[in-house]
Amino acid sequence: MSRFPLNRIINTQTVALAGVLLLNWILFPGFFKIEWQDGRLFGSLIDVLNRGAPVAILAGGMTGVIATKGVDLSVGAVMAVAGAVAATMVDAGHSTAAAVAGALAAGLLCGIWNGVLVALLDIQPIIATLVLMVAGRGIAQLITEGSIVTFSDPALIYIGTGSFLGLPMPVVIAFLLMLLATLAVRRTAIGLFIEAVGVNRSAATLAGIRSRLLLIVVYSLCGLCAAIAGIIVAAYIHGADANNAGLWLELDAILAAVIGGTSLLGGRFSIPMAVVGALIIQAMNTGILVSGYPPEFNLVVKAGIITLILMIQSPFATMVLAWFGRGEKRSLRCTAACARSWQQSPSSSSPMRRPSCSFRRCFPRVSWAIS
Amino acid sequence: MQFPALLSTRVLGNFLTDNAFLGITAVGMTFVIISGGIDLSVGAVIGFTGVLVAVLISSVGMHPLAAFAIALAIAALFGAAMGLAIHYLQVPAFIVTLAGMFLARGGASVITQDSVPINHEFYSYLTSLAIRMPGGGKLSFIGMLMVLVFLVGAVLAHRTRFGSYVYALGGNATSASLMGVPVVRTTVTIYMLSSVLACLAGLVFSLYTSAGYPLAAVGVELDAIGAVVIGGTLLTGGYGFVFGSFVGVMLLGLVQTYIIFDGTLSSWWTKIVIGFLLFLFIVLQRLVFAASTRADRSPGGA
Amino acid sequence: MNAARVWVTNPRHDNARPAGIPAGFVAGPRRRGKHGGSELTQTAFRMEARGVSKVFGNNTALDAVDFGLLPGEVHALLGENGAGKSTLIKILTGAYQPDGGSIHVDGVEVEFDSPLDAQSYGIGTVYQEVNLLPNRSVAENLFLGHQPTRFGLVDRRRMDREARVLLTRYGLDIDPSSELGMHSVAVQQIVAIARAVQLSGKVLILDEPTASLDRDEVQRLFEVVSGLKQQGLAIVFITHFLDQVFALDARVTVLRNGKLVETSELGEMTRTDLVRRMLGKDIAFSGSTSLEAERAFDEVLMSFTDYGRKRSVQPFTLDVHKGEVIGVAGLLGSGRTEMARIMFGVDPADSGSVTLRGKAVSIKAATDAIGYGIGFCPEDRKADGIFGDLSVRENIVIALQGKLGWFRALNRDEQLELAGQFGEAMDIRAASLDMPVKLLSGGNQQKVILARWMATDPDFLILDEPTRGIDVGAHAEIVRTINRLRNDGMALLVISSEIDEVVAYSSRVVVMRDREMVAELRGQEINPGIIVQAIAAHEEAST
Repeated sequence: MSRFPLNRIINTQTVALAGVLLLNWILFPGFFKIEWQDGRLFGSLIDVLNRGAPVAILAGGMTGVIATKGVDLSVGAVMAVAGAVAATMVDAGHSTAAAVAGALAAGLLCGIWNGVLVALLDIQPIIATLVLMVAGRGIAQLITEGSIVTFSDPALIYIGTGSFLGLPMPVVIAFLLMLLATLAVRRTAIGLFIEAVGVNRSAATLAGIRSRLLLIVVYSLCGLCAAIAGIIVAAYIHGADANNAGLWLELDAILAAVIGGTSLLGGRFSIPMAVVGALIIQAMNTGILVSGYPPEFNLVVKAGIITLILMIQSPFATMVLAWFGRGEKRSLRCTAACARSWQQSPSSSSPMRRPSCSFRRCFPRVSWAIS
Repeated sequence: MQFPALLSTRVLGNFLTDNAFLGITAVGMTFVIISGGIDLSVGAVIGFTGVLVAVLISSVGMHPLAAFAIALAIAALFGAAMGLAIHYLQVPAFIVTLAGMFLARGGASVITQDSVPINHEFYSYLTSLAIRMPGGGKLSFIGMLMVLVFLVGAVLAHRTRFGSYVYALGGNATSASLMGVPVVRTTVTIYMLSSVLACLAGLVFSLYTSAGYPLAAVGVELDAIGAVVIGGTLLTGGYGFVFGSFVGVMLLGLVQTYIIFDGTLSSWWTKIVIGFLLFLFIVLQRLVFAASTRADRSPGGA
Repeated sequence: MNAARVWVTNPRHDNARPAGIPAGFVAGPRRRGKHGGSELTQTAFRMEARGVSKVFGNNTALDAVDFGLLPGEVHALLGENGAGKSTLIKILTGAYQPDGGSIHVDGVEVEFDSPLDAQSYGIGTVYQEVNLLPNRSVAENLFLGHQPTRFGLVDRRRMDREARVLLTRYGLDIDPSSELGMHSVAVQQIVAIARAVQLSGKVLILDEPTASLDRDEVQRLFEVVSGLKQQGLAIVFITHFLDQVFALDARVTVLRNGKLVETSELGEMTRTDLVRRMLGKDIAFSGSTSLEAERAFDEVLMSFTDYGRKRSVQPFTLDVHKGEVIGVAGLLGSGRTEMARIMFGVDPADSGSVTLRGKAVSIKAATDAIGYGIGFCPEDRKADGIFGDLSVRENIVIALQGKLGWFRALNRDEQLELAGQFGEAMDIRAASLDMPVKLLSGGNQQKVILARWMATDPDFLILDEPTRGIDVGAHAEIVRTINRLRNDGMALLVISSEIDEVVAYSSRVVVMRDREMVAELRGQEINPGIIVQAIAAHEEAST
């Protein structure tokens, strides 16, 4: 966690989350009210956390993948597979532990599949993960034999609806996973290696990083996260719905990661910020619900947010900013660097290599450019 | 053949009708993929079109033709906006069209949440239009429309300058711009074409179902991509045939029909088979590509 | 030796040949000169660059270079990497806009916004990596954007017919409807030339067109080029194969470090003269033998035997001793970089063996090499070296961390300490160790990469062009560092096109030519004159 000292906790993402929550409060004055009932907490805020948990878990895995300059479109389908495996296994009389282990193994397997396609066969990530995105739901239906498999195993249901220390289980799981993943990534060298591969895979290989193995691990972990999210969703509805479980959640996960500050061009990433991104999305969902709009209105808002982020991150915005920043002495070197990287970009041999110095990257860290 | 009935003209006619909306979508998708892009918004555009047309006809009381024109115009603007964003924001097509998908799906749901039935004599007229084929089969209006779209698409791709620009962009965008291909105009036109054809597919879908539903055609973008790739178009761009996509659509339709005819196989096999074919073609394309650029020296094969 | 050379920096009038271009070759030029036709100069240059400069950040890529191109000539542009060749070409073709100076076409000052704009003035370019569409037919590549149409549809038959006529003029008998990618690179080059001449027709710029051609193909290309020269086209030819310059009897412009060295007729010049101009300074040909050459080395660290890789480098045999610097000399494309990549395992060798301290080892990947204590600073700093978005600190510790593995992570304090220590040792000038490395100057970036390898405490360090594209001060520091490391007992292999530099620090010099190790010089042989001759020897012999 050394990367995020306290003063960094107040940043664009957390401010945005606070803003959305505040807006919810204005629309719905009881928003922040939390009650203690039957040994657990209730309230809209808890609801946001609870419903946001699956996407937060997905976003954690997705962030790692995006940081390597990839993307995993299959997580929604993998969720459905994992849910189907868990549900059919408990129904077949296996223990809860075995069912959960089976579901996790299925997710891991899906992740390894994606990782092998991307790392060993060098297939573009979007294309490689498309295969499982298409086939995954079919496989899930194959497992459930087309029906919604319901179950009544109390231990499995507890994962989705139970509570621990007053907090809903999904929230507890998501929080623990976030902590674990962040520690795993930052206390080991994996985080640094992921960023290095995302920024410059060729240089990473030359610096002695096993980039292929790393990619396989990253995609596997993403599959594992998807499986956990799938189990939670299945447990929450007491059944596995191969058609609808995790539908479109891959897109929410990508969006959460991007809101969390990970560029689609790879590089710097932060799992906690991706989780904040997931909460922003869920807070918006809830806000739209409480203000009486149809839930699908969310999609329009999300489209707007994607467009906004893309515009902020685009080289065009960097240029505009560089132009506006000209008179400002403080940011002079920073913007000059932006402008330079933009000017030079047409010359670089690969048309895909673009200046990654974006507004977000460039502006908040103006301080080092002084001196 | 296990099922001789599969070969009758009656089945063929139904076959074309049933797959018409997917076929029309696939034509647009073919152009997008040949140019090296991807369009995830087509399914949502189909859904949006259905709802918009249904509401304009049933609630506003517009003539279907006027509603069609409005829908097509909106789709054209929508596609153009996506094309512009892809070019000027320099972001991957998948993320822009993803935003487009959200917008169209959300827009449809904002208009209405329910299934809106369409009862208009013009609709009944269009659905009744058909050519009798020998053997008792009927080639419906929408079946003919799909065949027409494929023919026009093939001419556009293979016999016009625009078509050659699309291939040029997919082959090598840098070379293309150095050779004088109008990159912006071509990109915008490609995505406009895709959205307009998706809208046309939406109209066909609304004729087919006589209703508009905001969640209609979820996942059609994946079927369309699958059909295009199975039809031999390279997902990384540059190679492909419009006719190939026709074969792809027919193949997907056949898989579906076969599974329904068989009775013992369940519908989910369709998705698995599509996924498997997709995988097969992607790996095949990758191997062919790797073989042709083996001499390429890149660090760690990256 | 200089007596017979003809200087043509100010060409006389009678040198200019009349522009005898057939009408079919000329595309209608769109004049948009700033000063209209009023600035018609007396020179008959078809195209001229006057004092053009280009600056990237704090690196001057091109410094007030004059370049004149006469109609009906082949003009070779020579220089090592970083000499400014490609920058000048990009300015001439409109890919870059100059920061200073002006471009004139037929005496009229022009400004190119883009390569397309330059094309409309009659400037056509063919690049090394053919910039055509391998996925489309030959005919379409020739006519893309100008295809003949009938009723709005492309008239394929007419297009193929016209393509066939055009190709015959270039001596190509191929099916115009066949896919371009199916043909050899040579054919693709000729198609590219045909397209460029068809659309532009005044100036043809050939940017290393022969880099991937074999001897016969080069011959074929030269016939085409000679034909076009006869027709009065002005042709710029960029190559690093000197015999080709002589084969084409080209006029020559040599650039070095962004500056014009000279423009002259070939005349009596020898290949050695050219190499000397390209590699720098008027090398003193006597004395100046390396002091290092006298030192004795006994402890063999690594020994490569018949080590090679198909299509990359011919097998070579080389012993690396503790505490010595092996200099590698050779022109661009001689196999010098490939040699380094094989030694480091990035492109694993497919023949021969290697031993480390007498024990046979296998180096199949960079990770193996690093495990055996080898480090490698690649030639292309930006593409293969630095992680632009990562901090200076992370850039320094990454190789050590790679060596330590995934789970023995250095914490932030350790990273800062290491980065501080090695950053200081290398004298890296950065405002903070946490700033992105892409904001540092080229020299400092190079020092960061050196520091990265220092941190792994290597026994053998391979440096590929460590001093390219960095300022003089940083240059000297890196040379000092090389000496210091050698004195500390490290073995180094340094690839450089700066002969003086190689002489100064090498205890042995290996010369590469045509992907082969052709000489190993020691002792008194380490002398700029001998090195230059070794580099050029083949070309002398081949005529």
